Amino acid sequence: MVQVVLPAHLKTLAKVHGAVTLDVPEPVTQRTVLDALEAAYPVLCGTIRDRATRRRRAFVRFYACGEDVSNAAPDDPLPAAVTAGAEPYLVVGAMAGG
Amino acid sequence: MSGVRVLVGTRKGAFLLTSDTGRRRWEVDGPHFGGWEVYHVAGSPCDPDRLYASQSTGWFGQLVQRSDDGGRTWEPVGNDFAYQDPIGEHLWYDGTPRPWSFTRIWHLEPSRTQRDTVYAGAEDAALFRSDDGGQSWTELPALRQHETAGRWAPGAGGMCLHTILLDPRDEQRIFTAISAAGTFRTDDGGQSWRPINKGLQQQGIPDPEAEVGHCVHKLAQHPARPDTLFMQKHWDVMRSDDAGESWTEISGDLPTDFGFAIDVHAHEPDTVYVVPIKSDSEHYPPEGRLRVYRSRAGGGEWTALTAGLPQRDCYVNVLRDAMAVDGLDECGVYFGTTGGQVYASTDGGDSWDAVVRDLPAVLSVEVQTLP
Repeated sequence: MVQVVLPAHLKTLAKVHGAVTLDVPEPVTQRTVLDALEAAYPVLCGTIRDRATRRRRAFVRFYACGEDVSNAAPDDPLPAAVTAGAEPYLVVGAMAGG
Repeated sequence: MSGVRVLVGTRKGAFLLTSDTGRRRWEVDGPHFGGWEVYHVAGSPCDPDRLYASQSTGWFGQLVQRSDDGGRTWEPVGNDFAYQDPIGEHLWYDGTPRPWSFTRIWHLEPSRTQRDTVYAGAEDAALFRSDDGGQSWTELPALRQHETAGRWAPGAGGMCLHTILLDPRDEQRIFTAISAAGTFRTDDGGQSWRPINKGLQQQGIPDPEAEVGHCVHKLAQHPARPDTLFMQKHWDVMRSDDAGESWTEISGDLPTDFGFAIDVHAHEPDTVYVVPIKSDSEHYPPEGRLRVYRSRAGGGEWTALTAGLPQRDCYVNVLRDAMAVDGLDECGVYFGTTGGQVYASTDGGDSWDAVVRDLPAVLSVEVQTLP
């Protein structure tokens, strides 16, 4: 099971507290995690990835095991600790003023 | 409860202001969607308990929220605003072509007759329609695919479709306004569109008769006289009496004819309100005095309305969607400012009181007259 931590505004939207636990089919990549997240919480569609392009929104960042993986290939495997649920996959609203 | 509900969209959430018909004591409810920009909140004329809100941020994109209990609870509905092929291109600020791409919804316009039908005006300029209460959206692509669209270019605020007027006689006729393309009309429910900009003059455009390229800021219409349109343009206040076929200037004796908001009295189709703003680079009232101007003659001759409004050191703006009127016998007029005040008049503009003073910057104001 993969743990996903959402930023506060998206937790409110998804009506969740704490981390979201997802059953993600192999291979566990950023794309499959986000696909599973959107399938479980359709209200998040378009809030993390652009609806039209399916690319990461400019002011959203992704972290795994302390590394910024925002610009990594979406089909690259995530670290084993994330896959095993020992470390969360973080979705973060970038610090961009406002 | 009979009375009024003022729907306020701000930079950091939505607020609902409610009062009985006296409009002296107000309850303030909010923020809803705190921290998000709410460009517009609109109520269905068919069902006053049904509200829609356009909620967005640069971080997390666009959402549409719907309430079916007058704003007590909200649920997100559809946010898939997909442009239909061919996507095409419009002009960017530097004159280069740029593919159409969705940024946000500026304006929501519920049908007057169909409870589940609502229109949405988008940036980049496009018109969407939902027939299931906002759960799904379909573009009416003929507007964005108009033969002139490759020459449309954004205004400073983006290339937004910010005004949607549904003809009360027949909703197959729709007026839209786009910054900075101009005004367009369909008579067949969006199957085909015509630019209706004849008579508009635009500084910076070499051809004064240009079919498109006009920075229209807002249109207003009285339901009893739907062929008469009033327009606040970038500069100039304009009027059409033939459903936009031709326009004449009615700026008259206004201190400046730049501005954003315009609206019409609920019971007097020739009584028009504007809020003059100093200039296109100085977005605040002239001389630091916040004045609503009212014409009872359909334009040309204007009277400053100042009672209850700050007459010194006031440097707020009133944005295009931030003025509305109620339908009570003594027509109420409302507007919000970028300083977070919402002012209300219960006597057609003769005097004003601040309903609230310290909201986030106000983006939009709509009013529901509750039965």
